[in-house]
Amino acid sequence: MRPFDYAAPRTVEEALAQHADGAAYLAGGTSLVDLMKLDVARPHRVVDVNSLPLHGVTTDERGLHLSALERLGDLARHPAVADGHPVLRQALLASASPQLRNMATIGGNLLQRTRCGYFRDTAAACNKREPGSGCAARTGDNRGHAVLGAGPSCVATHPSDPAVALSALDALLELHGADGVREVPLNSFYRLPGETPQTETVLRPGELITRVTVPPLPGADRSVYVKVRDRRSYEFALVSAAVAVDLHDGEVRGVRIALGGVAPRPWRAHAAEQALTGREFTRANALEAAAAAADGAEPLSGNAFKIELVRRTVGHALTRLGGR
Amino acid sequence: MTDSTAPRPPTGDHQVPLELQVNGRTARLSADIRTTLLDALRDGLGLTGSKKGCDRGQCGACTVHVDGRRVLSCLTLAVGAQGKQVTTIEGVAEGDRLSPVQQAFLDHDGFQCGFCTPGQIMSAICAIRDGDTGSDAAVREAMSGNICRCGAYEGILRAVRSAAERTARQEGTG
Repeated sequence: MRPFDYAAPRTVEEALAQHADGAAYLAGGTSLVDLMKLDVARPHRVVDVNSLPLHGVTTDERGLHLSALERLGDLARHPAVADGHPVLRQALLASASPQLRNMATIGGNLLQRTRCGYFRDTAAACNKREPGSGCAARTGDNRGHAVLGAGPSCVATHPSDPAVALSALDALLELHGADGVREVPLNSFYRLPGETPQTETVLRPGELITRVTVPPLPGADRSVYVKVRDRRSYEFALVSAAVAVDLHDGEVRGVRIALGGVAPRPWRAHAAEQALTGREFTRANALEAAAAAADGAEPLSGNAFKIELVRRTVGHALTRLGGR
Repeated sequence: MTDSTAPRPPTGDHQVPLELQVNGRTARLSADIRTTLLDALRDGLGLTGSKKGCDRGQCGACTVHVDGRRVLSCLTLAVGAQGKQVTTIEGVAEGDRLSPVQQAFLDHDGFQCGFCTPGQIMSAICAIRDGDTGSDAAVREAMSGNICRCGAYEGILRAVRSAAERTARQEGTG
């Protein structure tokens, strides 16, 4: 690990003032400290945000508000999350291990870096870590990589589970920056790699996620998170699906399907959503819609299996919610 | 032209004074700013019960409690742990009397080589307290962040369930 200056501001304004080129915000540290040890992250200054007053869970007419420093484990146990948002609770509990969930914050989790082995290996070509160096994963071991939304420059996936649930729930992110406060839908927050895979979000330099809001959503209480992985626990997703169904007299009034483990960001399966909307919630209709969940997918040499796995995972999630 | 407000890579001496609350005592030491809580405990304070397995947050051998919650000391910067109550495996017994979870690991052979055991016990204490140990499946999930390369999982499972049941009995009669 390289040396750094350390600052522990107590207000958001101080934190923004402490941030500068080459600085990194430190929250739970589960991603950043790891990457600093690997020499992948090399901040000159670490701005420890753990003393900022960004704690608490509240609800009002705008929805469920999660302050950015809330730990994943605490959120999973919070009654306001558990009641009415099973998909979010399940995604939180499917994340990492209990120890890591006690450390990782919801704000930091949305900014977790990819687990691509080439990104984490400073000897490998990686456009995300070192723009212009190439992408070793395109021709290398890419079993865990993206089949949707990737490009020639980068095929890495986003590793967060909660982000997938929050994508299905149309969550909003409150961002604090030098120019003030703004709110950005999570589904517009992540950028696709294009030619600049090093820029993963629309965050401006120094901008800080301060709050996540889950708006009231019909069907949020009929929701589920299904995570398929190589081990039963403590492993990243090969494929995951966050699904919420708004059902009215047996008919699907609205459905939200977000995928994890298959794209550079949480991926909304719009074709599958459209295929099921307005139809009777039967098993046959659910599976027909699930068949469209991987529309547009392009497999790499080692991960064609993910396309069928996406369809089956979505089909499984929909039938778990009662499509029969 | 360089931006004078941008931090440059620090050079020279990176030592900082640290004050940590460990096992109910205040410990002062001087350490490099990069020091993890795990290294501060082991190398700075001689508390070598917390183990360095992977040093990457993957194995759980370094599990300690910070303000009563189980965390990974290898991914925690020591400088950020100041002002918080740190408990290590050295702090869970009462004098010569082992904690119920320590005793259960002995009674049920919850280890082979013992390297992962301090982390397993620190993890189990919290899992039991949080009520996440009501079935074999629940224990396996609650303990999934602690890897045992000897594969003593069956003994660990029995130890945790036994300690959990004993705790429940004591609370029920208390």
